[in-house]
Amino acid sequence: MTDTIDAEARLDLYRTMVLVRLFEEAMLREYHADKGPGFDIGKGLVPGEMHLAAGQEPVAAGVCAHLTTDDAVTATHRPHHFAIAHGVDLRRMTAEIFGRETGLGRGRGGHMHLFDPDTHFSCSGIIAEGYPPALGQAFAFQRQGAGRVAVAVTGEGAANQGAFHESLNLAALWKLPVVFVVEDNDWGISVPRAASTSVPSNAARAAAYDMPGERIEDNAVEAVHAAAGRAVARARAGDGPSLIEVHTLRLWGHFEGDAQAYRKDIEDVPGRDPIPTYEKSLRDAGLLDDAAAAAIRESATERVEDAVTFAKESPVPDPAGALRYVFASGGVS
Amino acid sequence: MTATAERLTTSRAMVDGIAAEMARDESVIYLGEDVGAYGGIFGSSTGLLDRFGATRVIDTPISETAFIGLAIGAAVEGMRPIVELMFVDFFGVCMDQIYNHMAKISYESGGHVKVPMVLTTAVGGGYSDGAQHSQCLWGTFAHLPGMKVVVPSNPYDAKGLMISAIRDDGPVVYMFHKGVMGLAWMVKNRRAIGEVPDGEYTVPIGSARVAREGTSVTVATVSLSVHHALDVAEKLAEDGIDVEVLDLRSLVPLDREAIVASVRKTGRLVVVDEDYLSYGLSGEVVASVTDVDPGLLRAPVARVAVPDVPIPYAHSLEYAVLPRPDRIEAAIRAVAAA
Repeated sequence: MTDTIDAEARLDLYRTMVLVRLFEEAMLREYHADKGPGFDIGKGLVPGEMHLAAGQEPVAAGVCAHLTTDDAVTATHRPHHFAIAHGVDLRRMTAEIFGRETGLGRGRGGHMHLFDPDTHFSCSGIIAEGYPPALGQAFAFQRQGAGRVAVAVTGEGAANQGAFHESLNLAALWKLPVVFVVEDNDWGISVPRAASTSVPSNAARAAAYDMPGERIEDNAVEAVHAAAGRAVARARAGDGPSLIEVHTLRLWGHFEGDAQAYRKDIEDVPGRDPIPTYEKSLRDAGLLDDAAAAAIRESATERVEDAVTFAKESPVPDPAGALRYVFASGGVS
Repeated sequence: MTATAERLTTSRAMVDGIAAEMARDESVIYLGEDVGAYGGIFGSSTGLLDRFGATRVIDTPISETAFIGLAIGAAVEGMRPIVELMFVDFFGVCMDQIYNHMAKISYESGGHVKVPMVLTTAVGGGYSDGAQHSQCLWGTFAHLPGMKVVVPSNPYDAKGLMISAIRDDGPVVYMFHKGVMGLAWMVKNRRAIGEVPDGEYTVPIGSARVAREGTSVTVATVSLSVHHALDVAEKLAEDGIDVEVLDLRSLVPLDREAIVASVRKTGRLVVVDEDYLSYGLSGEVVASVTDVDPGLLRAPVARVAVPDVPIPYAHSLEYAVLPRPDRIEAAIRAVAAA
């Protein structure tokens, strides 16, 4: 049954969420460590735009719990939580974020462009445009007949893009094994959902394409887990795509450096942090105590700091190689 | 390769190349709008549905972002899709998948992810289809890094370049001019029909072809303009102007060495390009020479291209802006006399 969840699975959800959070906190620390004086976005060991996913852990943890690394995930400009939950190698991912030659993309991609063929993970910095390639992965999987699925992730702002609607139509038309995930974190950068979207729930839009759609409120990780279980099972069985929208939380800014002056909900944001909430429910259920919680944090911290150290000790790309990999031959033509 | 050959139109030769690869490799599929029962509006997939069935020759909804993106994802997972954008003019509705995804995944992944796919698309004007259905736009694609861009002008190259494109481990944009396809319902040059060997053969991508040897003036061009240039060259030979016609065959990679070698011989250059004049192929060809040695040129270069104007509808206006034989002839005469 996909609606029941055993104790170990509940603890796994918690472990994944903690690992993601500690990773994002480490990125926050490293990102801001050397941006000064003032704030220079292009400066430091981790330069450029940085979109961190703190608060959105329940979505990735709940969905990816049902996947193996034979399944595909296409994520967004805010990809770390899904990459980690899907099992992308933490060292090589971190090295890519640090722009190192040992990174997933040998420093050519950056944090919005993480590609890992080992886990069929990718992401795109263009809103909604990660959906169509997921269709193609699902299309290839459908032909293989082995029950593999593709998970396509966007934010709620993406649901107003053409690529979103084209993808839902084609996936439903061809019964592709796709699970569409919409992370509704209330904000398209600074524009609230109410100012961008004509429907209260994107599940309604799923209905327009004759596929099941479900909206999960309150960033509830076990509800996400249950809904994703149904959607993944449906896709694996060859019954076609589903859509899950999760009302999640952007704990921090759109990107680092975003002062969030526009954000009227800022006062109550810390109180909506999903990790303490879930931790409390596990403690209440007798599944977690101080020692176990500390051990989970310690283990996650070790992995994160190991990845950060690996990244920092890795070589920066040789400028002489800037033109490599434009073409499949590895060369410039 | 067998020694036999038959005379085919460019469209049939293109389909012949696709069919040869589909027969050889199960992972090759063809998808796009009206590519099934219709056989492609410009004959790019005629007969493929009957031979390979609807699971491999697939009609899509009018939804270019979705189905081109789908081809990208399928390619990432090891298939070799050929996906058709019916008219290149439609790229506006799906360019993000093409230039931000198809073309960049190899680089962004540090070469760890390959995207072996072909994007076929019809280009070109000359039949009063107006400003949104007559453009070439190959310069736009060639400008953006990560895609090879091939532009066959004749049946032999259409087949050989198609097979090379399908076998390439990265994305190739294959741009076929409607006017070279040899369609029954459109005016055609006799060069749209030619000898095509049976079976498999490849034409390397990135290698120009000397379509006509000459000593007086180099005409560097692609696609339908090759036909016009050859016609003009025959005419000018009677006046003692010995034109060399270089069919570039691909914009990416551009065979700059062949351009320089030809100009080294003739010292005079005319570039003919059915794409827009500014910021495009014609300027790039000239730079290929001047970057190496401006002294190779004994006369100013002439560029015969579409002046920077939308393609007009009225026949008289359209022919005034396209690189028609009269404009090509005038340019060659001027450069030869300079």
